[in-house]
Amino acid sequence: MLNKRVVLFMGHYGSGKTFCAVNYALALAEKGLPVSIYDLDIVNPYFRTVDASKTLEEAGVELVVSPYAETNVDIPAMNAASYKMVDDKTRYAVLDIGGDERGALALGRFYEKINAENNFECLLVVNPFRPETRDIEGAVAVKNEIETVSRIKFTGIVNNANLGAETTIDDILYGKRFCEKLGERLNIPVKFSAVTKSLCEKAKEKIDKILPVEPIKYGDWL
Amino acid sequence: MSEKVLMKGNEALAEAAIMAGCRHYFGYPITPQTEVAAYMAKRMPKIGGTFLQAESEIAAINMVIGAASCGVRAMTSSSSPGISLKSEGISYMAGCELPALIVNVQRGGPGLGGIQPSQSDYFQATKGGGHGDYHLIVLAPASVQEMFDMAFKGFNLADKYRVPAMILADGTMGQMMEPVSLDANAIETYAKPWATVGTGKHEGRNIINSLSLSPAQLEQWNKSRYERYAEIEKNEVMYEEFMMDDAEMCVVAFGIAARVSKNAVVAARKQGLKVGMIRPITLWPFPKEVLNKAADKVKAFLSVELNMGQMADDVKLATNCKKPVYFYGRTGGVIMSPDEVLSAINEIEKGEAKQW
Repeated sequence: MLNKRVVLFMGHYGSGKTFCAVNYALALAEKGLPVSIYDLDIVNPYFRTVDASKTLEEAGVELVVSPYAETNVDIPAMNAASYKMVDDKTRYAVLDIGGDERGALALGRFYEKINAENNFECLLVVNPFRPETRDIEGAVAVKNEIETVSRIKFTGIVNNANLGAETTIDDILYGKRFCEKLGERLNIPVKFSAVTKSLCEKAKEKIDKILPVEPIKYGDWL
Repeated sequence: MSEKVLMKGNEALAEAAIMAGCRHYFGYPITPQTEVAAYMAKRMPKIGGTFLQAESEIAAINMVIGAASCGVRAMTSSSSPGISLKSEGISYMAGCELPALIVNVQRGGPGLGGIQPSQSDYFQATKGGGHGDYHLIVLAPASVQEMFDMAFKGFNLADKYRVPAMILADGTMGQMMEPVSLDANAIETYAKPWATVGTGKHEGRNIINSLSLSPAQLEQWNKSRYERYAEIEKNEVMYEEFMMDDAEMCVVAFGIAARVSKNAVVAARKQGLKVGMIRPITLWPFPKEVLNKAADKVKAFLSVELNMGQMADDVKLATNCKKPVYFYGRTGGVIMSPDEVLSAINEIEKGEAKQW
């Protein structure tokens, strides 16, 4: 776990930000910490934190999300209660932010207070199996585009190398090496690798910092 | 390390179109297909292609007409209400005998409807949509890999027969992420002596037109086009059979509904029920023959769709009503669960279901 009150998950579209944010929030709750997850996604119409709402509720994680998420209201809305992330300093805040620089726009009204409090980790979620971040140059470009808009500097990288249900340990290890190289280039550390719980035992031998993750269940047809 | 990448259906389709030689994309944003346009906007300038966001869907389809007239591989994409707007242009393309790829990532309707997934444009895609006597080749992918492969298929078939081809996906296919292998499919090249590429580059004058001043000539055009449609029906039918060898009941479903139904078929087998599935991959030409043959073996058909019952009619027609046809569907952006399909199967078994 990271020793900061606010943790932001940002990155390329489809890199697994929601997935990592939900699992990170669950991990905090498991330690008995008061945690809220803020869905600031103003890009995605489908596959949102609300798909995990039951799991989050059962774990005692407060979900702050637009009431319009996954409805037919096709507007980039945020919940007014999102201000709590900066105003209520008694709770841990996990921020799930929409993809690319378009998604980072949502931080416009929060970045000043987040920077002023200076008790945050801003994580770049990377899946090198996404075509646009297959090479270091692509990942650097995404990072720069996001930072320009978010006005919050990245402090670390999350290795979320995966091919959905087909992910192997080798894929995750490849991602780890990729993210380390990216980290050297950007001068920020790799904070952890997201590893599916069923692979954790095996992964432990080769990966020291692991965030154990469970897929968000969308439907039996996936 | 794997050779595959993780992509959204919309992205995979856009990448495939580029790999298939498409350098001319004209579109207008609408959920849930926007990633197709967004992907094209990023990629096309890097490879010397054209991405153009038109002022409307109507403008976009007319730009496709222009580009296709010049013989290049052109495409547009939209979601349900946008396809309605394009329908006039699509009819013109059918009349002009222009090959192109049209993508519909369906959302709920009618009207503005909603942004969640749907299959309620089946009639529009397979029975016309625009005016006049015509068909589109209609492909229905059921995975991100098929979104990729169908883009090649769509362009190849369109060029081969000089007809517009449509990929009829749905919001889920467009938005979901799956591992996909980006190996290029075969690109079939057909001569286009009819293309308006400039004086001196073809014999005589090439005119792309759907207006005929003579009724007899227009009838002749229609007849010759229908001869080609007959060829397509003979040569290009695609479907998948699943557990049909000993099946006594046949589920018919395409796209996302087929993925859900596959789970229901497996669950039914566990209950000891002999259920199989036929998944049309081409919705036009419709896999009539395999369904008609199945009708001689099975006791009943169950059409599962994300609409109020559209393909069910075609199942009845294809099987000449030899066996009862039932229907189960959800609409409005709601996706049925495998359990719901299994319940529908069980109701038919018990004789409690109402025939379509």
